[in-house]
Amino acid sequence: MTTKTETMDYDEVLERFDPVLGLEVHVELSTRTKMFCGCPNAFGGEPNTHVCPTCLGLPGALPVVNGSAVESAIRIGLGLNCEIAGWCRFARKNYFYPDMPKNFQTSQYDEPIAFDGYLDVELGDGETVRVGIERAHMEEDTGKSLHVGGATGRIHGADYSLLDYNRAGVPLIEIVTKPITGAGRRAPEVARAYVTALRDLLRAMGVSDVRMDQGSLRCDANVSLSPKGDEAFGTRSETKNVNSLRSVERAVRYEMTRQATLLSRGERVVQETRHFQEADGTTSAGRPKETSEDYRYFPEPDLVPIAPSSAWVEELRSTLPELPWERRRRIQQEWQLTDEELRDLVNTGAADVVAATVDAGAPVDDARSWWVQFLTEQANSRGVDLADLPVTPAQVARVIALISEGTLTNKLGREVVLGVLAGEGDPDEVIASRGLEVVSDDSALTAAIDEALAAQPDVVEKIRGGKVQAAGAIVGAVMKATQGQADAKRVRELILQRCGAE
Amino acid sequence: MDPTTRTAAELAAGIHSGELSSVEVTRSHLERIAKVDSEINAFLHVETEGALATAEKVDADIAAGRRPASPLAGVPLGLKDVLTTKGIPTTCGSRTLEGWIPPYDATVTRKLREADVVVLGKTNMDEFAMGSSTENSAYGPTRNPWDTTRVPGGSSGGSAAALAAFQAPVTVGTDTGGSVRQPGALTGTVGVKPTYGGVSRYGLVAFSSSLDQAGPCARTVLDAALLHEVIGGHDPMDSTSLNAPVPPVVEAARRGASGDLRGLRVGVVTELGGEGYQPGVLRSFAAAVDTLRELGAEVAEVSCPNFEYALSAYYLIAPSECSSNLARFDAMRYGLRVADDGTNGADDVMSLSREAGFGAEVKRRIIIGTYALSAGYYDAYYGSAQKVRSLVTRDFDAAYDQVDVLVSPTAPTTAFRVGERVDDPMSMYRADLCTIPTNLAGTAAMSVPSGLSDEDGLPVGLQIMAPALADDRMYEVGAAYERARDAAAGGALADRIPEL
Repeated sequence: MTTKTETMDYDEVLERFDPVLGLEVHVELSTRTKMFCGCPNAFGGEPNTHVCPTCLGLPGALPVVNGSAVESAIRIGLGLNCEIAGWCRFARKNYFYPDMPKNFQTSQYDEPIAFDGYLDVELGDGETVRVGIERAHMEEDTGKSLHVGGATGRIHGADYSLLDYNRAGVPLIEIVTKPITGAGRRAPEVARAYVTALRDLLRAMGVSDVRMDQGSLRCDANVSLSPKGDEAFGTRSETKNVNSLRSVERAVRYEMTRQATLLSRGERVVQETRHFQEADGTTSAGRPKETSEDYRYFPEPDLVPIAPSSAWVEELRSTLPELPWERRRRIQQEWQLTDEELRDLVNTGAADVVAATVDAGAPVDDARSWWVQFLTEQANSRGVDLADLPVTPAQVARVIALISEGTLTNKLGREVVLGVLAGEGDPDEVIASRGLEVVSDDSALTAAIDEALAAQPDVVEKIRGGKVQAAGAIVGAVMKATQGQADAKRVRELILQRCGAE
Repeated sequence: MDPTTRTAAELAAGIHSGELSSVEVTRSHLERIAKVDSEINAFLHVETEGALATAEKVDADIAAGRRPASPLAGVPLGLKDVLTTKGIPTTCGSRTLEGWIPPYDATVTRKLREADVVVLGKTNMDEFAMGSSTENSAYGPTRNPWDTTRVPGGSSGGSAAALAAFQAPVTVGTDTGGSVRQPGALTGTVGVKPTYGGVSRYGLVAFSSSLDQAGPCARTVLDAALLHEVIGGHDPMDSTSLNAPVPPVVEAARRGASGDLRGLRVGVVTELGGEGYQPGVLRSFAAAVDTLRELGAEVAEVSCPNFEYALSAYYLIAPSECSSNLARFDAMRYGLRVADDGTNGADDVMSLSREAGFGAEVKRRIIIGTYALSAGYYDAYYGSAQKVRSLVTRDFDAAYDQVDVLVSPTAPTTAFRVGERVDDPMSMYRADLCTIPTNLAGTAAMSVPSGLSDEDGLPVGLQIMAPALADDRMYEVGAAYERARDAAAGGALADRIPEL
């Protein structure tokens, strides 16, 4: 039996329903060590090499709270305008899963470290929406399962599974919004803008590398629909596996349409976890949540309560770095941008990276042109957000500096950045390994010039006869022979010199 | 003289002066284990080579004129099999950990190694420390050396029986609801539950994290004190470890031996006695209180009304924590794994392995705890139990405003027969009636033998309780009492243990 699903038109969805969103974002903190042990907190690594008795959950091993993770949690809470708890505890969330070493996750339940805040989110047209923050709490990440065999890549149907506990115990902050209502048509856009703003905030605070593609920032989107004018929330679905900003927007929109279609046919929305499919922008059913899992939360007896003193909280508040909205206000003034120019910069995702590049020593115009042109092209061709490109503002600033001091040409600079994007290391490493430095050694150049001059005696005659612009042909030949690594200006000078036409 | 009948303090003095060799002392204990353990079953693993290697090192140090690493350097010891030992099997008395060799040492183990204490092996216990008779061990029950048809108490029954059978002069046990003190009472030995946080729990395989505490077991109060100072102290690896110096328990035990308790206020807990207690136990207790009075203590009766609810609260809190703590035994990383024949998924392998690996009492507590923490029941069970816990703590606080130490019988009865209570969990649970309140409050307590019950000739224990971090206070009282008791009886209680 195959029934073709007639999906409802988006306009009709909005005529009949009001969407309600709830966004849960998990952020991996970039602390040096894990949440409850001294193992390195590093992405990747040979499987099961960043582990110890504690993060493997060996019998008898105990957790000890990572102080800098608590500090990051408080900073995040402050950045989100939250109240910071004067006293709070960890709790155990009990459920069985092979990649969770203790079969409980040490998390926070009814006593989060930060609660009741908001984040102001700017949409593409400059309109600002205030998203309420329910809570931000600390917890540990699980390990990773690799299910081998089977069609779905999930545990059911797999032949066997491989477990890597390197990620087990990595510090996470879970940030949960209050229900976002009234966004209407713009709900998908609000969702994306919220995650974007949150990512920019976390990056500015330096607490996480916020890479959606590597899972250091993960978003679960809860979506429900209420019939127009009905106050009560509908049944929600929770979509996971939303790995880019674009996917956040697509997933919300898809779920709105899917649910509206079901409801309009008189069917009901099943409360369940759904998985976003990047390829076609749809979601598919996962674990049903009808019988809501009972996690049997209780206060973690292995850890003492956390009671951040108000003096410490105030110190952290006073040492918060410049936050994205403050930075935008500042750059608008300093760079004398109109509202629209600033918004363009923000909407392409370039504002913060440009500013950071400028902070790293690059001139504003160079920084802007690199990010808005070359790097935006690179991001688009890779289908990632500008800020998720694997190149840092500091690396871009370094390339700009090398160009301005003549070590690199613009063309070589672009090649260096491509090397960085390919994971070959810092600009200087790429230059060394690819041998990209401008050939500034005159003796190496003169050999190439003499060869080119000997090959084109007619041109030499023209130059000697005063037609200096004819030198261009020789310059081209020399640049070709040196594979573009010569400084064209210097080549020209040398040609003229050797032809006695200075 | 046979080294196995001597105290740890005497052995240490002999070894450190060069008069005894640690190797000889260790050998005689290993021989004693070989001779009697088929009957007692106190040891789950004997670490002959490791023990002799440590003993040789100590002898070499002494011969070379180097200072011993600690006051117990060279003295043999038994370690409850719930503390991890790198390279040495750790089973927790469970089938599920059969053959597991930990890759790391518990902090207690590390401290013993650093102190050059000779670890003879790992002692038997109720599975995951759940039980009061050591009958819940997957490796067979431990027998009471006073009468091998009887249990030695539990869960640290192996550690207590090893002392009474002269297999070791000192052992380490763990006490969650009385698991060191009650076996001490039933075997006529000393068992100490230090202040919660006084001894690191790192590497102590958790039963109930908020209650578990490792403590010293010995045949004398001074020996217990010597071991207490070796294993105690702050540990950054255990966030519930107290950042405070170890109370001066050795000094207190030595001072107590002078036998002067004038000015000490002793409270007899009204609620811990009377109906349901074996008459011989109550008579032994009354005599002990008289002795304290004769030593100069002022004795008063103190009421702790909420102790009545302590047992019920304990049997909700401990199983709740246990249900979560034991979730990790899922066959995925270590331990028994069954049914992994390619036809079962991970969920089934987990369930079937747990089914095969855990004994009946462990399963009972996991089920009780899972239920008590369930949505809809949490407030009624776990939540109420936590309130009782606060009330019990308040009772202690009020009592310690009036008196310096509290006393009670350690257990309501003397040692019961093997098999007698296995089908009646409630009567088994009642064995910890007097010891549980201290665990709930996180304070300190010890059991010191108060002689033999006049009706069955079996040992009885006197429980001495003290406020948090006042462990030294109970050692002083315990040592004074011990000396007076031995003087009155014309010799140490241990001398009256029947020949095996």
